[in-house]
Amino acid sequence: MKLQPGTHFLQGNEACVEGALWAGLTFYAGYPITPSTEIAEGLAVRMPEEGGAFLQMEDEIASISAIIGASWTGTKAMTATSGPGFSLMQESIGYAAMTETPIVIVDVMRGGPSTGLPTMVGQGDVMQAKYGSHGDYPVIALAPSSVQDMFDLTIRAFNLSEKYRVPTILLADAEIGHMRGKFIVPQRVEIVDRRVRTDKVWHDGFAYDETLVPKMPIFGKGFRVHVTGLSHDIAGYPTSDHEVHEELVRRLQEKVDRHSEDICRLVVHRPGSKRMLVSYGSPSFAAWEAMMESEDVGMVDLKTLWPFPSQMLAQAISGSSEVVMVELNLGQMFREVQRVACDEGCRQVRLFSKVGGEVPRPSEIISFMKGGG
Amino acid sequence: MEFFDLFREDRWPHMFCPGCGIGTVMNCFHRAFSEMNMDQDRTVFVSGIGCASRIIGYIRADSIHTTHGRALAVATGIKLANPDLNVIVFSGDGDIGAIGGNHFINAARRNVDISVFCINNYIYGMTGGQASTTTPYKSYSTTTPYGSKEYPFDLAEVAVASGANYVARWTIRNVKELTSSMTKAMQKKGFSFVEIASPCPTSFGRRNRMADPTQMFEWLKIISVRKEKSHAWGLDQLDLNIEGRITIGEFIERNRSPYGLIA
Repeated sequence: MKLQPGTHFLQGNEACVEGALWAGLTFYAGYPITPSTEIAEGLAVRMPEEGGAFLQMEDEIASISAIIGASWTGTKAMTATSGPGFSLMQESIGYAAMTETPIVIVDVMRGGPSTGLPTMVGQGDVMQAKYGSHGDYPVIALAPSSVQDMFDLTIRAFNLSEKYRVPTILLADAEIGHMRGKFIVPQRVEIVDRRVRTDKVWHDGFAYDETLVPKMPIFGKGFRVHVTGLSHDIAGYPTSDHEVHEELVRRLQEKVDRHSEDICRLVVHRPGSKRMLVSYGSPSFAAWEAMMESEDVGMVDLKTLWPFPSQMLAQAISGSSEVVMVELNLGQMFREVQRVACDEGCRQVRLFSKVGGEVPRPSEIISFMKGGG
Repeated sequence: MEFFDLFREDRWPHMFCPGCGIGTVMNCFHRAFSEMNMDQDRTVFVSGIGCASRIIGYIRADSIHTTHGRALAVATGIKLANPDLNVIVFSGDGDIGAIGGNHFINAARRNVDISVFCINNYIYGMTGGQASTTTPYKSYSTTTPYGSKEYPFDLAEVAVASGANYVARWTIRNVKELTSSMTKAMQKKGFSFVEIASPCPTSFGRRNRMADPTQMFEWLKIISVRKEKSHAWGLDQLDLNIEGRITIGEFIERNRSPYGLIA
């Protein structure tokens, strides 16, 4: 039975489990890794109850491969991991993008690089989420910054993945995953299912309409589709044709870019303030408290990281004379924010960065803003 | 079922080299599949990367050509997400013995109900002839120009040890036995593995004084020994080298219950 509408008190990772079940998850494959393990443990209990499949694979590569296979049978499929496992999944994320396979990957970020800080927070995977695999390809990445978000954005990740047939990453972090908090399951939850082909034995399995998203043939329904990570034509057949490849790669990116307004979300507090803080994930708590200490400070909490919400951010910081980015890495999303801010004529764009495995205190952010460095 | 009922005529001619063993495998598979009256619309074909993996692109059915080595993991996902589908994997020694070795032993251990046909040509053919984990000791390849210093895997033995329900190995000379093993593999519930010793005159033969396909056929005849004889001769199946022998036959048939989802 799904979690009933109403108020609940759970851990972030547990809220992700319940959100995934609400979204219609019926196939999970994963490999244990801190700090995401509670998602696997939760689903090991919950999936059989809900009539779905839970599978512990031999590694993260097998996990993402299994959910790709499962997705082609028409099921909603997910895996969850953290930095080292996310690194292992990169080749298959590119494969899922190339083959337009809807899957959801939860990455509960910890301190990196390498084995790093397994039990502590970091946000060092945000560039990897977009650029970790070879070639040009689209992904959607969402950043939850509360337990409520862990529930809501998990559902949203499934909806976007189904709608656009793009691998979608829930970029949570250790603090959000392990935080316990109150959240509300609404009376009505919007669920999106992929559009599927119902015709049989046809030779245009990857044909697309004005949405640029092909309807998906489902294995076992008599369509006889061929799926490959090789460059392919609309039949799905491999080709080395320059024009076909160019059209494919550009369409894959364009199907996300064209719908960026639908995909991108951010929350703005005190829009048009002279000074704006920009953050996402767990450090946005401290940024919010720092904002509350000064009347002329506003704040942006990015909920979509990829595609980067450039236009929405530009509107939010338009007229601001100073922008301070707060993130738990050496400045990864900072470059994106800096680009947007500079385009808006804001010259004071600074980075408050922390990589020690803990979230900043509000006082640290306040003194950074006062001290000018 | 006619040949082009099972294969995609619009993709002909195929890409395989003259003298390659894959054509024989496709023929044997066509016979096994049609004699069993399998429903091609309820069958999904899965492969990884390499020459053998390109077979599924020619099959007129739902088929997925995955990343290198991951065919068995993808096949596991398909079978467990929809247990009503028949799942068949075509793969090679690179996928199964090297990059996907972990998936191979774990899929066999898990005993998922899939059939795996592994075309072992003892070389990386698609990339132009580098040594693989089954390249015989002392034989030549572009990455073993002084002869391979490594001992090869016996893939069939690995499958037996890992828990597969059905394991057999034949060369492409043994078309009758191979066809019958393919049938058995598809009928068997649980993980079944058929290794097919296959010639690659282009990439393996050429560097090992067997550039002519007939020489490779002759080599396969000389090195393959039936299980019964091999046991009588006391041959070590693992100690494979260019002058050595490989054992052919059916190695195991058992009925451990396949991986089920609900307890």
